[in-house]
Amino acid sequence: MDLRYTATEQAFREEARAWLAAHVPRDPLPSPDTAEGFAAHRLWEQRLAEARWSAVTWPAQYGGRGATLVEWLIFEEEYYRAGAPVRINANGLHLLAPTLLEHGTPEQKARFLPPMAKGEEVWAQAWSEPEAGSDLAALRCRAVRDGDHYVLSGQKTWSTRAAFADWCFGLFRTGSLGERHRGLTFLLVSLRSPGVRVRPIRQLDGRAGFAEIFFDEVKVPVSQRVGEEGEGWKVAMATAGFERGLLLRSPARFQERARRLVELWRRRRDQLARDPHLEDAVVQAWLDAEAYCLATYHTACRLDRGGVIGPEASTNKIFWSELDLLLCDAALRILGPAAEFPAGKEVLAKEADSGRWLEEFLFAQAGPIYAGTNEIQRNIIAERLLGLPR
Amino acid sequence: MDFTFSEDECLLRDAAREFFATEMTADRLRRIWEEGGGCDDRLWSALAELGLPGILVPEEQGGLGLDEAGAVRVVEEAGYVALPESPLHAAWLAPFLLPTLGEEGRARWLPRLLSGEARIAVGIPGDLAVEDADRAHLVLLSEGDALFALTAGSFRCEPRTSFDPGRRAFAVTPSIDPVCIGAEGARIAAELLDRAAVLAAAYELGLARRILDLAVEHARQRCQFGRPVGSFQAVKHLLADVAVRLQFARPVVYRAAWVVAREAPRRALAVSHARLAAGQAARLAARNGLQVFGAMGYTWECDLQLYLKRVWSLAGRCGDEALHRRRVRQALLVGDTVPGAGDTFAEN
Ligand SMILES: Cc1cc2nc3c(=O)[nH]c(=O)nc-3n(C[C@H](O)[C@H](O)[C@H](O)COP(=O)(O)OP(=O)(O)OC[C@H]3O[C@@H](n4cnc5c(N)ncnc54)[C@H](O)[C@@H]3O)c2cc1C
Repeated sequence: MDLRYTATEQAFREEARAWLAAHVPRDPLPSPDTAEGFAAHRLWEQRLAEARWSAVTWPAQYGGRGATLVEWLIFEEEYYRAGAPVRINANGLHLLAPTLLEHGTPEQKARFLPPMAKGEEVWAQAWSEPEAGSDLAALRCRAVRDGDHYVLSGQKTWSTRAAFADWCFGLFRTGSLGERHRGLTFLLVSLRSPGVRVRPIRQLDGRAGFAEIFFDEVKVPVSQRVGEEGEGWKVAMATAGFERGLLLRSPARFQERARRLVELWRRRRDQLARDPHLEDAVVQAWLDAEAYCLATYHTACRLDRGGVIGPEASTNKIFWSELDLLLCDAALRILGPAAEFPAGKEVLAKEADSGRWLEEFLFAQAGPIYAGTNEIQRNIIAERLLGLPR
Repeated sequence: MDFTFSEDECLLRDAAREFFATEMTADRLRRIWEEGGGCDDRLWSALAELGLPGILVPEEQGGLGLDEAGAVRVVEEAGYVALPESPLHAAWLAPFLLPTLGEEGRARWLPRLLSGEARIAVGIPGDLAVEDADRAHLVLLSEGDALFALTAGSFRCEPRTSFDPGRRAFAVTPSIDPVCIGAEGARIAAELLDRAAVLAAAYELGLARRILDLAVEHARQRCQFGRPVGSFQAVKHLLADVAVRLQFARPVVYRAAWVVAREAPRRALAVSHARLAAGQAARLAARNGLQVFGAMGYTWECDLQLYLKRVWSLAGRCGDEALHRRRVRQALLVGDTVPGAGDTFAEN
């Protein structure tokens, strides 16, 4: 064990820091859940890609740097410290790409990875359906083989960024409903295909953060199938492991939030001596963010040395989503009566951070739901990690 | 950055695990309870033969030459079997304290510590009693800013009966002057407390895992409504919550062990975080584990209590929760900067 960065890691950090300092937009970009904001974020992805920062762990041939997971963590730390924009292509970069790298054909990798890295093609995840949420294996959206393509019909929902994205990856039913997870196939579908209709859904914050996708006899070439027909579940679960396990939420996100929380508390401490429990909540949230960082480094070092990630990945999802709730709850409690007025002039003058906390608070409410609800994660931990009977 | 354990460290952990599994069974623990708790001489010798007292002692002085980070999982395994604590105090704390006795004192005690001939007991700052003080050839007692090195005849020893029958605790009153006092004594006390807190934290990780394993086993066997109770989701989620807390306490403790082994910055924060995280995991394991056992868990007969009681008796020792929370608050809420992303390992 040696908890010091190597010279290479240090140099990697300095390079990232210098680049970000020179390039991160001074003013925040408009929300990516608007057409204008999405376009601005797409440009940002292109700038990142030009300097090969958009997918650091990928092999160089696809636009990455072949970085280790520890280097990826370092990059994320610098990224969040710099207050850089939200990554609109996270679903592609962090969920689809690992699947393609593992299960994709050489042609698929060459076709899809470079434009993904450049933000030219932004991806949405199309798993959930109105009747298939937690019970994903009950999904019905059909794909019928017809010569060298599949014909898709049915509906997906809750697909993040689908309102403005270019492509989606999803699971479709090629077998019968009774076959459950054995009759599913993993397909890559252009959202510009004839027969695709996307209907944005307003989220709690009023913006179109996710969307429904309707498929009406949509033709998808067989070359856009990942893995074999009927093997979609296996292929998809490879992404699910990564999503819960490591890539979806890097610790830096929560550590920056925890730092801001402690700073907020330091500024507002005198006025709020009236709530003696608040300080404990602030401290506990910071500690949990730190613990999440330590655990992630522990896992990353293990994986960098050839280890694999198992059902313990489910513990991550629970830990970070609950941590996020702790952080945001504490911030709103500190802001007290001011918390509900994100854009109030007086409030902003006193506490510029308040609108941001409110937005973060709202999105934190979704954390225990998306990427597999925390109840489902607890089931997985109990059954697959602890070995309790089904 | 290498936050993993070496192959040798893994082998040592496995060896310790195997030894404890045969030596420290629940039956053996119960016999210890009946005999008044603590570590008897036979167990002490067996542990010395295993090399435990020398685990942190440099190889050139006859030890195994590990540092706290390398040895931390041996302590975890000790916690898994609720090993009597005095041999751990001797192994984890005495090598740090002996140099304060001067070259002569160290030369006198260290070889005998390693061979198992001498039993050294340690009084941890803030604790009310010293484990196995009556059986010790040397008691190293830290009180306020004073450090005492006590041999037979130089202290009074009064038994203190803990509700945890595995404990053999004594209030120790010195009748001689301390070997060290003032600023140096305070520094030693502070560092001793940090080391003791990491020791307790690692031990708690083991206790939590033991209780979790016992509860899982019980939940698989015990049937109600025609099925194992472990198939009920309410039961599953109680135990999954323990697994989560434990999973995220472990690396915090490992990092603290690495920090106390060297002059790393933010030591108090790292150590107190470890103790808080491990303590939370252990107490949650105790509560939820007992719940899963039902009434059986509330009996004297059930082995669960062997581990529950150690969780509860250890909670207030080696710095209690209030102390560690205060230290964390001090580290975070005072000072120029607040650590955020990228700062966790930055100054190592
Ligand atoms: C912000 C956000 C973004 C999302 N983005 C995407 C996306 O990009 N792509 C995509 O495909 N999906 C996405 N989703 C959907 C998400 O994956 C689902 O919401 C999730 O799988 C849960 O399904 P559900 O909402 O239908 O809830 P349900 O499955 O109806 O669950 C309702 C409640 O019942 C509980 N429950 C259900 N089954 C069990 C069980 N067996 N044991 C215990 N409790 C159970 C759940 O935990 C939950 O509390 C997103 C969701 C949100 C909120």
